[in-house]
Amino acid sequence: MAQAKPKIVFDPWNDPKAKPLIECRGITKRFGDFTAIDNIDLNIYEREFFALLGPSGCGKTTLMRMLAGFEAPSEGAITIDGQNVADVPPNKRAVNMMFQSYALFPHLSVWENIAFGLKRERASKERIEERVSEMLRLTRLEKFARRKPHQISGGQRQRVALARSLAKAPKLLLLDEPLGALDKKLRQDTQFELMDIQERTGTTFVIVTHDQEEAMTVASRVAVMNNGVIMQVATPADIYEQPNSVYVADFIGDVNILEGNASPGPDGPENAVQIHYAEGEPPVRAVANAPIAQGSRVSYAIRPEKISVGFEPDPDRANHAQGRVIDIAYLGNVSTYRVELPGGKVISATMTNARRLERRAFTWEDEVWLSWTQTAGIVLES
Amino acid sequence: MNLRRFILIAVPYLWLVALFLVPFLIVVKISFSSAAISMPPYTPTFSLTQGWAGIENFFSQLSVDNFVFLTQDDLYWKAYLSSLQIAAISTVLTLIVAYPMAYGMARAPDEWRPTLLMLVILPFWTSFLIRVYSWMGIISDQGLLNQFLMWLGIIAEPLHIMNTSKAVYLGIVYTYLPFMILPIYAALEKMDDSLGEAAVDLGASRLSSFWLVTVPMSRPGVIAGCFLVFIPAIGEYVIPQLLGGSNTLMIGKVLWTEFFSNADWPLASSVAVVLLLILIIPIMLFQRNQQKNEEAGR
Repeated sequence: MAQAKPKIVFDPWNDPKAKPLIECRGITKRFGDFTAIDNIDLNIYEREFFALLGPSGCGKTTLMRMLAGFEAPSEGAITIDGQNVADVPPNKRAVNMMFQSYALFPHLSVWENIAFGLKRERASKERIEERVSEMLRLTRLEKFARRKPHQISGGQRQRVALARSLAKAPKLLLLDEPLGALDKKLRQDTQFELMDIQERTGTTFVIVTHDQEEAMTVASRVAVMNNGVIMQVATPADIYEQPNSVYVADFIGDVNILEGNASPGPDGPENAVQIHYAEGEPPVRAVANAPIAQGSRVSYAIRPEKISVGFEPDPDRANHAQGRVIDIAYLGNVSTYRVELPGGKVISATMTNARRLERRAFTWEDEVWLSWTQTAGIVLES
Repeated sequence: MNLRRFILIAVPYLWLVALFLVPFLIVVKISFSSAAISMPPYTPTFSLTQGWAGIENFFSQLSVDNFVFLTQDDLYWKAYLSSLQIAAISTVLTLIVAYPMAYGMARAPDEWRPTLLMLVILPFWTSFLIRVYSWMGIISDQGLLNQFLMWLGIIAEPLHIMNTSKAVYLGIVYTYLPFMILPIYAALEKMDDSLGEAAVDLGASRLSSFWLVTVPMSRPGVIAGCFLVFIPAIGEYVIPQLLGGSNTLMIGKVLWTEFFSNADWPLASSVAVVLLLILIIPIMLFQRNQQKNEEAGR
């Protein structure tokens, strides 16, 4: 089916006229003295694959359980499809959840598990039959319909859980660490399968995960959470390239953080700054998103793959630093070099291994030059 | 390695053979003998001193007279029937009392559970006989319960509980309650909380979630508990003897009378053997059925 599709950019969050499917306004949740969720505002749009990403205990699961109806917010309101759901119990919400433990009913067969929700809404026999077969086909489980959950593999169980939660065609599907119990290879395959199913069913997915790679792979937008607060909501690319805080930059991927005092200019594009991060080193030349006051304290975040390593400084790049290779991590496709600057600061730089290993240029204790461009890093005001 | 494994398996088997199978075979043998005024009070007795002829003579003297007699006197089948009825009703009553307790324990906060479990087991620290005797003090006509109710003015005349089947039910439910609670609690405690949430999430009400998920999940515990109560309750002797008075007919009492009052060991043994058959056959059928179900699921 190789038909030419018109390329449509899916970004309802940039469209001021788009109406979000889920609106959270000033959501706070307290357990005794502990504040699990602290005054969160959040919009999630229809057909989105939205990821709540954060370390354990950051409140992401609590937020999800509030969407499902298992917890009530202490303050604030949640609106789903224009309806305030404060008084709607979980069994009356057009929201289904896929549990971390899958929570498959062990005494029921795969077929009966998937049919459970449909039977509760008293769907006709034909309707149940049809819908369950559809779900079995979607998740490629036709052969296992009569098995009990303990008679199938972990990956198959995961698909049963997905099929069961999709069977009622919910407006919103919540997935609590859906791939946590799978091994790495299976997890990667399943990520693409999830995206495929999400696209085919057109359901809005909200996934909770602590695995940043998983969030970046599957999600249309990612919300990075920490201590009950949403730090940033953006597309995976923006989260990675335009983090709004040191926390986000550090949580997603590897990053070098240089701290120093900023001085504007001296020339170049608008908002150009120089960051004096170490005695005896030339300042880093960068471009900030907004004007930076003279002498203000800033953090400069730069990803290792944006720095090139060479025996000579690269004349095309604005920033240079000389140092000594103290560590090389060979990862097959790339190598990460840890380079110590004279002041003791260690910087990571990643280079693609375009050549075979024996012809690799740098080794331990080599004096090398690090070079990166003026726009490679992000200036974050502390 | 194999020897170790063999010993490991052999120990429980030897134990069962020596302390269950051998005594059982002796009882079966006695049930085929006839009563005699001698020591031991039945004949024939088995001896190897007369060689092969002695063994042949021994087998020729065995008879099924005792079993035939059991069918002729209606006392026995009435006693069996009444025992089955009392045991069945007590089992259902115990289940009704135990299930909410087990459910509450399984849902209690983690730090409370050991204490609750302890409280369930605590009565075992006192002698069973003393506990049954105490019930006499509570439910007799001048007992604590009647005095209390009359003091409250709820009743004018004392309730006659003592020496009725009600007292037997009460005694059995009280005594066997922990045997019902513990297996149900074990089954419910293992249950993943998210199963109930999943059912509610899929549109079930709290009640139907309980009925469709919690109850089936606790089924093995319920079955185990029912067996643990039903089987000993059938042969129960002490409770009907102390609390039920002469009105309650139970096979345990019949057995006692035949054995100690009539000194008819062979008849008493045949009563016991029939009781065992009554119990074993339904259990075996049930287990075979369970196995079939399990295989069908595969």
